[in-house]
Amino acid sequence: MKPNGLSRELAGIVGEDGVLWRRDDLMLYEYDALSSMRQPDVVVFPRNTGNVVKIAKAAMRHNLPLVARGAGTGLSGGSVATEGGVLLVFSRMKQILEIDLENQRARVQPGVVNLDLSMAVADDGYYYAPDPSSQRACTIGGNVAENSGGPHTLAYGVTTNHVLALEIVLPDGEVIHTGARHWDRPGYDLTGMFVGSEGTLGIVTEITVRLSRKPEAVKTLLAIYSETADATRTVAAITARGITPAALEMMDGFCLRAVEEATHAGYPMDCAAVLLIEVEGLKESVEEHADEIEAVCRENRAREVRRAKSAEERDLLWKGRKTAFGALGRITPNYYVQDGVIPRTRLPEMLDFITALEKKYELHIGNIFHAGDGNLHPLILYDERNREQTAQVIKAAKEIITRCVEMGGSITGEHGVGLEKSDLMPLIFSENDLDLMRRIKDLFNPHGRLNPGKVLPTGKMCGELRGGLLGGGPV
Amino acid sequence: MDSPRGRIYQMIQVEKGRLPLGESFVEHIDLCLDCRACETACPSGVEYGKLVEAARAQIEKHYHRPPLATLLRKLFYYEILPHPRRLRAAGKLLRLYQRSGLEAVLRATHLLSLFPGRLDRVAELAPRMEAPFFFDRLGTTVPAEGLRRFRVALFAGCIANLSFARLNDATVRVLARNGCEVVIVPDQVCCGALHVHAGIRDVARNLARRNIQAFTGRGFDAVISNAAGCGSVLKEYPLLFEEEGKEFHQPAREFSANVRDVTEFLAEIGLTPKLGMMKLRATYQDPCHLGHAQRIRTAPRKLLAAVPGLELIELKEAEVCCGSAGIYNVVHNEMSDRLLEGKMRRIDETRADLVLTANPGCLLQLRAGVKREGRHQRVMHVIELLDEAYRLAG
Repeated sequence: MKPNGLSRELAGIVGEDGVLWRRDDLMLYEYDALSSMRQPDVVVFPRNTGNVVKIAKAAMRHNLPLVARGAGTGLSGGSVATEGGVLLVFSRMKQILEIDLENQRARVQPGVVNLDLSMAVADDGYYYAPDPSSQRACTIGGNVAENSGGPHTLAYGVTTNHVLALEIVLPDGEVIHTGARHWDRPGYDLTGMFVGSEGTLGIVTEITVRLSRKPEAVKTLLAIYSETADATRTVAAITARGITPAALEMMDGFCLRAVEEATHAGYPMDCAAVLLIEVEGLKESVEEHADEIEAVCRENRAREVRRAKSAEERDLLWKGRKTAFGALGRITPNYYVQDGVIPRTRLPEMLDFITALEKKYELHIGNIFHAGDGNLHPLILYDERNREQTAQVIKAAKEIITRCVEMGGSITGEHGVGLEKSDLMPLIFSENDLDLMRRIKDLFNPHGRLNPGKVLPTGKMCGELRGGLLGGGPV
Repeated sequence: MDSPRGRIYQMIQVEKGRLPLGESFVEHIDLCLDCRACETACPSGVEYGKLVEAARAQIEKHYHRPPLATLLRKLFYYEILPHPRRLRAAGKLLRLYQRSGLEAVLRATHLLSLFPGRLDRVAELAPRMEAPFFFDRLGTTVPAEGLRRFRVALFAGCIANLSFARLNDATVRVLARNGCEVVIVPDQVCCGALHVHAGIRDVARNLARRNIQAFTGRGFDAVISNAAGCGSVLKEYPLLFEEEGKEFHQPAREFSANVRDVTEFLAEIGLTPKLGMMKLRATYQDPCHLGHAQRIRTAPRKLLAAVPGLELIELKEAEVCCGSAGIYNVVHNEMSDRLLEGKMRRIDETRADLVLTANPGCLLQLRAGVKREGRHQRVMHVIELLDEAYRLAG
């Protein structure tokens, strides 16, 4: 087997060791954290913006799709080349180019791992606020594409609230810059438009982000409940008091038992649900808010409210929460995580609905929610080798999302639309809305070669592909 | 571009018949350090070490490596390592080479750099042969100092008999000082860790059988290893008898249950006091097969905390492999060098004068790193430090 003309051309740009073209190697890029789908025609690892420009031009000459990929941790199929083409992988563009603490900003390449940036400035008392649970692995480039959130989204917002400026390569190789390094910028907010565009408008090659100062004090509380409904009622009650915790997470007892087995963080094994609540700020106010929250928890029949006594204990609780999806791997080989949003006042109702679905489809569903902002992550457990069960999973997931929309919510909170949910877009957008998005896309990506088949419904994104989404294996 | 996630994906595809057991698969599985850091990180509890070792056994069975590689592997894994007498002979040859001045000549003239590959870099990693070899001590028993609290056996290793003879001596002294009668049983052989990592399970199984027989039924309170890699495989002997030689599974379980890393054992029984003052700024690198595979992280730190005057600065990324990984630094020298470079940078950050670890392979690698970078730090096994501290106390 020999490399084809395109592979040789790309090797001329990034070197022989920067291109993968053998089928056996391409196979490693046919999946992300959603599922396995299709191989790209070639994988290329650029080292700088100049490389990306040349690669984009080569893809244009060969009229091939161009898809960007970070760490492949995405949960909506966004970084899989579902129509083949050139897959740009950013694992060699992982330099922090500049840290400017005085102005609270950093300039990074897209392949920088989220947590690595926070670690780099931790000793100086700063951090990068968006904290997806996969932050040990996922890249900032990927976070920008998906507009990722995390547990602390509740207080600090999502990725778009922390991106100041972008360098972008358009599909014809043109380089543009959006935003500004300072916090105010005149003109259209193009940065805001690119963040969350999932690689369909341009390829981001450099990102200037805001760095945040670590709070003076942090208190982490664990409220333990014997009834799930009490936990969900507490969520609305806390915010009704006018307190905004930095994070307000819910995990049900089913998930907790797997999490505890994995982390030994001291999570109770016999409860129905817990809330993991964090308050940050000045020493004096934090203490007061923590007391107030504890009182609300108890009013709503919390069995016990614990406070982390040390930084280690706090880290362990968070480790448990952030590795929770993976921990469920101890129970079944596969899970399908949904990412829906509802008004937080309707959490109790939603949980009842999910419990009913479990019975209806004979499935196990674990519940891990960013409860404070109403972002649900029901985890439907299954074994992909069981075809029948897999089909049930897809049906149950669809019902959950539909119910979210009916409750006045959304089809995704933070995992993106990707391939997974493009056909659900009409549930929340009118034909006019979608048409405007299509026109914007055509402006930047006129031939549709950038990450084709993602975000916007294509019509051909049909049932059989969705059916094969989970465990169907590559198509 | 390599990751355990990708390797497991490849294993599944090989199993499904979608991916041939060919070049791509072998390349990625070979390049794995088998450091098992991914096991520490994995919330799902995937036992990756088991998987990669099984994959390597499949490769060994079904894949034909180039003739030279096959020859070298045969020689090293089959003809030398398992045979103490041949090991000793090889050690003597190497000692002659190092002492005769031939090595110095080759170094001075940079003759090795004329060879293809990275022979010159690899030669820097060769351990010094230490006379007298520890082989001479096999079959002896060292009494406990003072009251006998325990009766333990020392696992002496294979190459360690040649190049870590002084470390083994120090281990015996420290154990004796702590009330242990130390028996160095005569019939012990190589633990087979390198074989397990290379997928050569039949030889490993054979070595395991011989060791189990050599140590069993003699009433030891513990079998003690000062090499994390050896200790780790000694503790995992039962895995070798799950599919074949099942009659050895139970004896293997009994043997393994009694194996302790020397730091683990000492931390468990509590150090005899009276350690001399060691006014040093030190840092500690976790050996992968101690930290990740055996999950022993606090024991060595506890021992170090007991040394008066020693200031321990935590090394950032101490849990990341130094690149030694058995003979990985020889076989994949370039990748190993990259890891070592990063490690040396982190060590420099601590401004420590002393770098401690708990595994012979890591010692060699870190010493090569210090030398290469023209640094001054001393590199020692935790036990060597304790030995020195006891000596100072008199």
